[in-house]
Amino acid sequence: MEERNLKYPIGPRHEINVPSDFSFVPRAKDEVRVPIGPQHPALKEPESFSVALRGERIMGVDVKIGYNHRGIEKACEQRSYIQDLYLVERICGICSHTHATCFAQGVEELAGLAVPKRALYIRSLVGELERIHSHLLWLGVAGHEIGFDTLLMYSWRDRELVMDALALLSGNRVNYGINQIGGVRRDVTKEQATEILKAVDKLEEQTKYYIQIAMEETTLIQRLSGVGKLSHDDAVRLGAIGPTGRASGVDRDVRRDDPYAAYGELAFKVVTDGHNDVYGRTIVRLGELLESYALIRQIIKNLPDGPLAVRAPRKIPAGEALSRYEAPRGEDIHYIKSNGGEKPERVKVRAPTLANIQSVAKMLEDRYLADLPIVVAAIDPCFSCTDRTIAVAGRGAMNWEELRRYGIEWYRGQGIDFSRLSSKLGRGA
Amino acid sequence: MSKKKFWAHPGMMIDFVLKSLFKKPATVNYPFEPMPMPPHFRGKLKFWPEKCIGCLLCVKDCPAKAIKITKVGDKKFEAEIDLGKCIYCAQCVDSCPKKALEITPEFELAQISRNKLRLTYDESGSHPTEKKPG
Repeated sequence: MEERNLKYPIGPRHEINVPSDFSFVPRAKDEVRVPIGPQHPALKEPESFSVALRGERIMGVDVKIGYNHRGIEKACEQRSYIQDLYLVERICGICSHTHATCFAQGVEELAGLAVPKRALYIRSLVGELERIHSHLLWLGVAGHEIGFDTLLMYSWRDRELVMDALALLSGNRVNYGINQIGGVRRDVTKEQATEILKAVDKLEEQTKYYIQIAMEETTLIQRLSGVGKLSHDDAVRLGAIGPTGRASGVDRDVRRDDPYAAYGELAFKVVTDGHNDVYGRTIVRLGELLESYALIRQIIKNLPDGPLAVRAPRKIPAGEALSRYEAPRGEDIHYIKSNGGEKPERVKVRAPTLANIQSVAKMLEDRYLADLPIVVAAIDPCFSCTDRTIAVAGRGAMNWEELRRYGIEWYRGQGIDFSRLSSKLGRGA
Repeated sequence: MSKKKFWAHPGMMIDFVLKSLFKKPATVNYPFEPMPMPPHFRGKLKFWPEKCIGCLLCVKDCPAKAIKITKVGDKKFEAEIDLGKCIYCAQCVDSCPKKALEITPEFELAQISRNKLRLTYDESGSHPTEKKPG
């Protein structure tokens, strides 16, 4: 165990701004600390913010994540590549295709598989449909957070069109299961393509209407303008990616900069904006929707003929691969290390929210407390994607056995004893 | 951007909302109306015992360890599928070389007892029977 851990240390850790003295105790005399989360109506998933207030002004925010840690990376090491594909697909409910494709790309690189063109195009097609559903979902959530529930109702009604298109294509509304190592599992028929194009036409019409709303509706503009400011320099310094970064003028998109799947052969524009605030992020996402519709039309028009998949070996040759994918929320990175067996040696996932969460504290500085829900929602956070490793402050690196013992002791301290359960399961404490 | 109406700001979605009053509901009254599933929908698994050759590839590839295949006689196999564990990815259907596993569009699978989620398909007849474990 010890040796194994030294040989394969935990992957490069992102510096998360979690102060070791994270607490809700005020640090200055005229400061009030307000706990937001882990369970809070403004948040869709558990995460904790300790907000320092002076009056209604936010003086500083400490972010603590890690409440949704599910140990998926470790679980990946104990399953075969085929099983892992379905496991990583369940990292996120919204961008499930993102993780599955990202993982499959990495494994294909290791195995040296030439994925058929048709499969690459279908991957891009599902990826763009997923982007549409994610952005429409975000639009609804953003509308809800600012009290514009009419927008929520209608954008989610329209989202059903793309959900139906995805269900038609893959069989299910979420966790499409379209990928396999070496290609895709399902074909796109002519009838399906026509149905998808019909849905895309309808959605484009609706999206143009939402853009008109975003451009003209005064309540929306006034509520979002100047909220969650993140200057271009700060966005670069804090590593903001995806629509969050692009709304601050960071012109980065993996689809263009490091083309994967079929994006190298497709023409599209990377939408950026100079508003640097939540309003800019809305504009970027709405603009990306239009780009996605254009991309889908191109993909369906140029869909090449050919096989859907190549046979993948069960044992993947030893090596390391880093795979990148532009998720709806930003760049998703998977690192896969193989030792030549049927199971990966190490899988590391860096989901887009981990890169964006650090900019939230900056965006909230000197803003009002009431802006917190929309500012947090504006990065489109997905904390179950983000929570990968938990570093226990002051304990250094732990091996698996120590970590397990630490967990059991910690729970015992909280009054929860697992030893009875363990003996019941016949494992011993 | 486009032509502005004199009452466009604020509350400019109002005409859209009022028009929706005269449209059909966007929702389906589901339990009372049928909700058809798309083709390729991955629902409850079905096992064909006479096709199974006992290669156990499905057991090996199942990400959720939901399938158990037992040999009950000469070239006769029985499958126990735990619908509570199944994640409905249909990898087993792809893995099976003899098409002994099939996905059905059945999705109303909730049960009060966990035992009822464990289905045993034995070797009787061409249509698999579901037998509750004793």
